[in-house]
Amino acid sequence: MHADEAVQPQAIGPRKAQATAVFAELASEPGVPKPDPILVVNNVVRRFGGLTAVNVEHVEIQRGSITALIGPNGAGKTTFFNQLTGFDTADAGEWTFNGRPMKGVSAHKVARQGMVRTFQLTKALSKLTVLENMRLGAQGQRGENFLRALVAGLWRGQEKEITERAEDLLRRFKLDAKSADFAGSLSGGQRKLLEMARALMVEPELVMLDEPMAGVNPALTQSLLGHVKDLREQGMTVLFVEHDMDMVRDISDWVIVMAQGSVIAEGPPDSIMSDPRVVDAYLGAHHDAPLSAEEEEQQLAEAEAALEAEAQGVADPADAARPAPASVAEGTSRKEPGDD
Amino acid sequence: MDWTLIFSRAIESGIGSEAVIYALAAIGLNVHFGYTGLLNFGQAAFLAVGGYSIAVTVATFGLPFFLGVAIGIALAVVLALLLGIPTLRLRADYLAIVTIAAAEIVRLVVRAVALEGTFGGTDGLQGFSDSFYAMNPYPDGQYNVGSIIGFDHRTMWVLTVGWILVALSCFVIYLLMKSPWGRVLKAIREDEDAVRSLGKNVFSYKMQSLVLGGVIGALAGFIFALSRSAVQPDLYSTDLTFYAYTVLILGGAARILGPVVGAAIFWALLILISTFLEEAVNAGVINVITVTQVGPIRLMLVGFGLMLLLIFRPQGIFGDKREIALDAR
Ligand SMILES: Nc1ncnc2c1ncn2[C@@H]1O[C@H](COP(=O)(O)OP(=O)(O)OP(=O)(O)O)[C@@H](O)[C@H]1O
Ligand SMILES: [Mg+2]
Repeated sequence: MHADEAVQPQAIGPRKAQATAVFAELASEPGVPKPDPILVVNNVVRRFGGLTAVNVEHVEIQRGSITALIGPNGAGKTTFFNQLTGFDTADAGEWTFNGRPMKGVSAHKVARQGMVRTFQLTKALSKLTVLENMRLGAQGQRGENFLRALVAGLWRGQEKEITERAEDLLRRFKLDAKSADFAGSLSGGQRKLLEMARALMVEPELVMLDEPMAGVNPALTQSLLGHVKDLREQGMTVLFVEHDMDMVRDISDWVIVMAQGSVIAEGPPDSIMSDPRVVDAYLGAHHDAPLSAEEEEQQLAEAEAALEAEAQGVADPADAARPAPASVAEGTSRKEPGDD
Repeated sequence: MDWTLIFSRAIESGIGSEAVIYALAAIGLNVHFGYTGLLNFGQAAFLAVGGYSIAVTVATFGLPFFLGVAIGIALAVVLALLLGIPTLRLRADYLAIVTIAAAEIVRLVVRAVALEGTFGGTDGLQGFSDSFYAMNPYPDGQYNVGSIIGFDHRTMWVLTVGWILVALSCFVIYLLMKSPWGRVLKAIREDEDAVRSLGKNVFSYKMQSLVLGGVIGALAGFIFALSRSAVQPDLYSTDLTFYAYTVLILGGAARILGPVVGAAIFWALLILISTFLEEAVNAGVINVITVTQVGPIRLMLVGFGLMLLLIFRPQGIFGDKREIALDAR
């Protein structure tokens, strides 16, 4: 496994220590000001008819850190990303990136300024090869101009550099064997990886990842986590949406919690899940949520009791109709087809 | 039955002016639809703009032929901008609707009675191609290519210019599509939001694609007008666009030579079938139909052939089967 060790990024570095030190002094309050914010958001509102999908009063993202954005399904995380990156038009509010106002800036200009996002529903460019997908991400390509495109000599050298960078990234994301294949032939998890690698081709200052690890196998997740930490060491800022609390705890320096469109809590990853507001948001609203160990045990016991009762034929019909918590449903109480 | 006649007519059509016109029209559509994913259903309008620019410049205003050519290209650019500015920011289907309407508007304007003095109404315009044929290097006479096919000197000149334009267009498209510029176009066809998220101005690239394909459409219009020495509004109806799409899909979209091979095969087959049927009817081999019914029947057979093609070779003649397989995922 020498090759693996060679590409395994340096996980703990000076930036990690820096970020930890910065966040140690911050209050765990929604909207708490950060010492060196790269992104500052004020009063961003997005409504869909009567539904207010996003209503964020104030939030700041610390430069050079890894910030996690969590929240139950439908909390507005993706919609929030869409507003910030110019893929949707906010009804109100303003935000600055590196001090520059970004409201109304179109999506491609947002990316050019160094704020690059990935999508929750992966957007692999199916009929382009994996390598072409990667090359597309590079900025300032001379050959992307109509007239210069006609003269291959003007862009071939740059294309070679781009290709080298792309191949390097593909190796790190374990996609190098696939580089000549159509992106459409990749599996779901591989597409996630490709999309993340492609976003890095832009050489962004701030990467916004919408559920980057959904569907990626645990072993690879580990190496990718290392890679994300490495981005921080290179001076990039990472903001990512994730439902897997283990991952959030592992790599993030700071966690922002959204529920029903608003930021309801912020705090360090170790303590955020015990914040009563967060517990309320996740469990009070009957959402499938990552559970702490005690909660998991408790729910497991409840579910087992319910199952036993059911087996004895004295189950309360209302109880049986209530869906089991996700973590339990996966493990112990998978129903047989004829059960209902 | 005269088999030599059947085959010579078919081959002549396969390399004749129709094939050239449809090849150029389909090369333009290939840029729009095949590479960029833009549904342009108004390619006929670009041909009309090309053809009428020469005709009006020369026949109506008595100005030089090459000025007409320049005006044709300029107006094709203007038409593409007019179509693109309001629609290219919207969903793909809006462009389809607007282009189909625009093509009809162009046709109805040039056939309007009120503008008969300029565009010649339903009769169109003639007598604008003299300076083009004055440049003809082929001396008068009949030119035989191989043993069974032949063209007169005028057709030879049109075909020479036409196939040079086809070759040049293909070469330019080849250079573009292997460049990063072409990569952006193909990426837009796949998913334009992904392209935006990578910092590319999608609107600008779609516009460039629309202009390029439109200008190639205008070249088709030049050849169309010159080969007949006439322009008539009703030749630029939506049928023309749909035949061009047929040609493109037959040859294989997003392939450099797809439209060219598609046009040649489409016209060769169409004429093969109709000449065969006519000959068979005349010789009494087939007696359930009359010669006048051959026209509609050949179109039925072409439709049937296309259905078979889409079922058994959906990627077209040049297409890559692997790409079609991706759509099923
Ligand atoms: N285009 C739209 N039209 C109408 N409602 C929308 C639209 N997009 C999002 N919503 C609504 O806005 C709310 C927030 O959706 P969003 O996708 O941002 O949630 P999320 O936090 O990303 O959830 P998940 O974790 O499941 O991805 C949801 O209630 C959703 O139904
Ligand atoms: Mg989401």
